[in-house]
Amino acid sequence: MEKTWNNKAWFMVLPVLVLVAFSAVIPLMTVVNYSVQDTFGNNEFFWAGTDWFQDVLESNRFWDALIRNLIFSAIILAIEIPLGIVIALNMPKKGIGVPICLVLMALPLLIPWNVVGTIWQVFGRVDIGLLGRTLASLGIHYNYVQNPLDAWVTLIVMDVWHWTSLVVLLCYAGLVSIPDAYYQAAKIDGASRWSVFRYIQLPKMKRVLLIAFLLRFMDSFMIYTEPFVVTGGGPGNSTTFLSIDLVKMAIGQFDLGPAAALSIIYFLIILLLSWIFYTVMTTSDAQG
Amino acid sequence: MARINLDHIRHAYGAKPKSETDYALKEVNHEWNDGGAYALLGPSGCGKTTLLNIISGLINPSEGRILFDGTDVTHLSTQHRNIAQVFQFPVIYDTMTVYDNLAFPLRNRHVPEAEVDRRVKEIIEMTGLGGWAKKTARRLTADQKQKISLGRGLVRSDVSAILFDEPLTVIDPEMKWVLRSQIKRLHKQFGFTMVYVTHDQTEALTFADKVVVMYDGQIVQIGTPAELFERPRHTFVGYFIGSPGMNVLPADIAGDRAAVGGESIALNFQPKVAAGARIELGIRPEFISIGREGMPVAITKVEDIGRHKIVRARFADRPISIIVDEDGEIPAEPRVTFDQKAINIYADSWRVGEEA
Repeated sequence: MEKTWNNKAWFMVLPVLVLVAFSAVIPLMTVVNYSVQDTFGNNEFFWAGTDWFQDVLESNRFWDALIRNLIFSAIILAIEIPLGIVIALNMPKKGIGVPICLVLMALPLLIPWNVVGTIWQVFGRVDIGLLGRTLASLGIHYNYVQNPLDAWVTLIVMDVWHWTSLVVLLCYAGLVSIPDAYYQAAKIDGASRWSVFRYIQLPKMKRVLLIAFLLRFMDSFMIYTEPFVVTGGGPGNSTTFLSIDLVKMAIGQFDLGPAAALSIIYFLIILLLSWIFYTVMTTSDAQG
Repeated sequence: MARINLDHIRHAYGAKPKSETDYALKEVNHEWNDGGAYALLGPSGCGKTTLLNIISGLINPSEGRILFDGTDVTHLSTQHRNIAQVFQFPVIYDTMTVYDNLAFPLRNRHVPEAEVDRRVKEIIEMTGLGGWAKKTARRLTADQKQKISLGRGLVRSDVSAILFDEPLTVIDPEMKWVLRSQIKRLHKQFGFTMVYVTHDQTEALTFADKVVVMYDGQIVQIGTPAELFERPRHTFVGYFIGSPGMNVLPADIAGDRAAVGGESIALNFQPKVAAGARIELGIRPEFISIGREGMPVAITKVEDIGRHKIVRARFADRPISIIVDEDGEIPAEPRVTFDQKAINIYADSWRVGEEA
């Protein structure tokens, strides 16, 4: 067949290019633009070089927030991944229980972030919240507005409530793809419950777990809305994560230069960590 | 190794079976002799696998008892029955090495490691997977994986029975032959009781001493390959065994003669048939001879398959198949004769014996 050589194909990808340019490339470049310049309004810009980056990297404010982020993500992953696996293993495989469980599991995922925040903000309040009042009447001193530990516990419990379902659903999808013959063969081979998990279920869940792990890491590392609604970063700075700090800096204080530099550093950290996790997990997969 | 008795076994997958049709497995009473090689033959969905899973304990039968050497094991779990089973599609533990895969059933039963090593090496040698022992099983091809599944079934020396559920489906024909002979050799060597499920008649007939033919949830005939060929107890066995299957023609019986269409055929016995039963005459294509004498037929097609020719024809307005030698002559005005000894008479699909 005769092939026609022309550049018409470029017109076909043009809409996508335009879309990506407006949604990603142009905003990102604007941020880059702000991060290397100083401005006092009136569209006047002065070259600042890497000054803003140095400022950010030398500030305690940045490192404290980063460490909070890392601790938060670590706790979230340590709870949600094992809990998700355990719940998925115990979900029914057939019958009326399946749709019921799936809908129940999907419910928290369908609630918008700020609504989740509001629900827990009200739920935990000591004066009117169901949880706050109950704990208070039990004699437990709980106040997420005053006590940093309580604030952290509230945020973690809220995130677990909101996102464990995602891990459950992904694991469940991995589990139901295992043919019955595997379980039957394991019975014939006299495998224990633990061996079935270790040698059949876990290997089959590996890929979906990788996805769950990455999604939960990225999401929790970028968490903004819920702590903003529930604690507003407080008490003190105890729940001020990078995202909250960034918004404070950019919109509260209008420090556009440092905020832009922080944005880029933030973005690079997530990219780097995700890449490291992905590489480590996929190479262990290839070797194992 | 054990003698296995199935005592009035029935199974329905639904919770409350109401009628006979709700049963995937209709009543089965059968004894599998210790050390016998049996083939369970039948079309898909006839209950073969259900019967196999009942023996291994993966399914609890709705009714009836299973006995191993006279001991009731109906409510014993698979693990405690000491049965090996190989499935249709390869099951491997793909994070383990080939060696560990084969050792898995033994280690789970706390067999001493020296014994494990000896048994596993033996199986690795048998399956020709020597170079793979230390590699992960994941990278193997489908038939290598199935060899491991087979190997895991054969590695235990003390099993009551080994059950095969169409284990060679995914293996290519040449390898099939090799593996089947190896299984047969092992059977001779160790005398396991073996039950081999298949829908491939050649596989069943070459593997087993006794073939159990199942149809629609029941056992229709148990016999040697020769018995199944010469005296099918049920018209289904006639159809299913043989290539092409038995010709089954509607007939009327009067004394020792059968009338098919306008033709009257002499029988060498007097079948006793109940009034009102649906009577059929069965004759295998191998036992019809074509020539210038006999009853007229109209030939529709001749298929030459190499060793012999299959003649498709119409006899008494019914399609029949006839097998003719490769150099057999087909006259212009063909006529057929039926070998009297090879004629079977069926009443409502079940064979009416000479003795009856």
